[in-house]
Amino acid sequence: MRARNMELCGWGRALAATVRAWRPERVPAVQQALRAGRDDGVIAYAGGRSYGDAPLNGGGDVILTGRLNRILAADWKAGHVVCEPGVTIGDLMRAALRHGHAVSVTPGTGFATVGGCIANDVHGKNHDRHGSFGDHVDWIDLMLPGGEIRRVTPDGEPDLFAATVGGIGLTGIMVAAGLKLRPVKSNAVLMKETRARNLDEFLAMQEDARNRNTYVVGWIDATARGRSLGRGILETADDSPDTVDAPMRRRKRMPVEMPGFAMNRLSVGVFNALYYHRVPRGGRERHAPLTQFLYPLDAIEDWNLLYGKRGFYQFQCALPDAESPVGLRKLMEAISQAGTGSFLAVLKTLGSEGKGHLSFPMRGYTLALDFPAKPGVAELLGRLEHITLDHGGRIYLAKDGAMKAESFAAMYPKLGDFRRVLDGIDPDRVMQSDMARRLKIRG
Amino acid sequence: MAGRGEQRQTWLVLGASSSVARAFARVVAEDGADVILAGRDMDDMRGTAGDVSIRTGRKVDVLSFDAEDPAGHEAFAADAGKRAEFLNVFLAFGAMPEQEEIDADFALAERAIAVNYTGAVSVLHRLAPHLEAQGDGHVVVLSSVAGDRGRLKNYVYGSAKAGLNTYLQGLRARLFRKGVSVTTVKPGFMDTDMTWGLDGMFLVASPEQAARACLKAARKRRHVVYVPFFWWGIMTIIRHIPEFIFKKMNI
Repeated sequence: MRARNMELCGWGRALAATVRAWRPERVPAVQQALRAGRDDGVIAYAGGRSYGDAPLNGGGDVILTGRLNRILAADWKAGHVVCEPGVTIGDLMRAALRHGHAVSVTPGTGFATVGGCIANDVHGKNHDRHGSFGDHVDWIDLMLPGGEIRRVTPDGEPDLFAATVGGIGLTGIMVAAGLKLRPVKSNAVLMKETRARNLDEFLAMQEDARNRNTYVVGWIDATARGRSLGRGILETADDSPDTVDAPMRRRKRMPVEMPGFAMNRLSVGVFNALYYHRVPRGGRERHAPLTQFLYPLDAIEDWNLLYGKRGFYQFQCALPDAESPVGLRKLMEAISQAGTGSFLAVLKTLGSEGKGHLSFPMRGYTLALDFPAKPGVAELLGRLEHITLDHGGRIYLAKDGAMKAESFAAMYPKLGDFRRVLDGIDPDRVMQSDMARRLKIRG
Repeated sequence: MAGRGEQRQTWLVLGASSSVARAFARVVAEDGADVILAGRDMDDMRGTAGDVSIRTGRKVDVLSFDAEDPAGHEAFAADAGKRAEFLNVFLAFGAMPEQEEIDADFALAERAIAVNYTGAVSVLHRLAPHLEAQGDGHVVVLSSVAGDRGRLKNYVYGSAKAGLNTYLQGLRARLFRKGVSVTTVKPGFMDTDMTWGLDGMFLVASPEQAARACLKAARKRRHVVYVPFFWWGIMTIIRHIPEFIFKKMNI
């Protein structure tokens, strides 16, 4: 088996790394790749949907898991599937929906993979109701850094399970996982869109919706200021009993990357205003295929080219409930003052902590926005990091490419437990990544 | 899909653990056919069988098959014939040792011949009567552009594939008389684990593209196809280089 030297980047394209990449198609080849590793360590790279440097390992090895993409077994009565790590959530969702089930928790893109969703303990628009991805994982077949495969269950090996769920790949390479699905009556949701005129109204609406609806997500206009600060559209949705036609729509591709100046204050402001006013004052309601509701941006396969050659950073933080009204206002003010413009920012509620040592969710609110990688972005991200820290929040590793190691340690109180597990299973530090080094995750 | 009336189509995939074979199984099952996966790695094939049937709802069987064991091919062909109402064959196995390693160890040359030529001829020969009895169907064989001309870097493998290509010409004539098509597929570079990390790869086809091209060629009852198609042009040039020049070239 051979490796290939190549450049990989995160979804934001602002961070890249030259790596030696292995691309196994079968489990024994994963073992070979792991054992061929060098001093600079190795990390799994799956769907490439993490925004920052979590799956990058500059100068070291990367194991591409995209060809390990089989749904190995399914028990539709019990609502249980066994997947290889490279199975995309979209493929799994399509297979599950045909059998009256849905993937319990999914991120905002169907191109993310099962392995990536476990490693980042991702959440979806139904976090209040259904928790995060790790809450639906029965077991993980994990290839430890030494090459041994171990079946990790929440009860059998709670520490290793907690380190693997949300552990951004640092416990080893997953080769299979057993997942619990959620029964659904149809392939569709009944969704409702409502305008929120400002932040206070938005938060009140979300507070109401989180107890009432299965899916809740807010699109927030980060360019609005003054009295309109924090205005947006609240989308709520619930399982529909009626199936709708889900035509196989051909995905569009970005023909070229946009020039860097395309995403400016004016263009983004106009876009956001149109997006806001597209929903009538009184709101609107419609049936939509679940996949269309969950993955609106997947219609354009490589929308990350919108931000041009330099790419972009995504910032996503969570704040506890009590701190959210004040903290979110400060964040929105800092963003709107900076005026770098973020299109389609997301504000939504989170239900509770995840099972992983480094799981992101906490009971409260989460805000996510993109910023073009232009001069000044580092200062802005630094300010937002500071506000997050001040209000007892944390930044999401799946999105991050800029946080300081001290902030990370302060935001993740179970870091000590995580380190202890890694010291036990990986004393030689075989598993490494650019993110792990930047955030000094191993200490 | 070719075939008589409402009979259920089955594709027998020989050498089912390669990425192209996996992709082909998915493609034909999505198209409505059942699949029999045949190869040595039963665990691996069971995984693929689960995957294909979960994604498509088609029936997928797994059969043990070893290209290097021609003695077992008679029984294997009978078994495969029994399991399928209407059989089509996709032959995807092959072995490509590096020429340098072959030069150092003749056993590797013997193995390349045993798998790529003898194994393929043996199993196709045993399947032929079943196909003739059907009076219709498709055979698609994954060969290689390497069989078009003996090259310094790949001539044992290439000669085995050349032998296979000649055999397929005869088989095509034989089965044509009974309504069965035989398609020789000559892939150029494919993006598989065999080629990952090789220098000088260009115009590479993904396993999915190759699989779709194979199915399309079968439907059109093509005789010989290059995948992607422009490899026909490349190989036409390579075939026409005069030998006194070609022997000096380092390709």
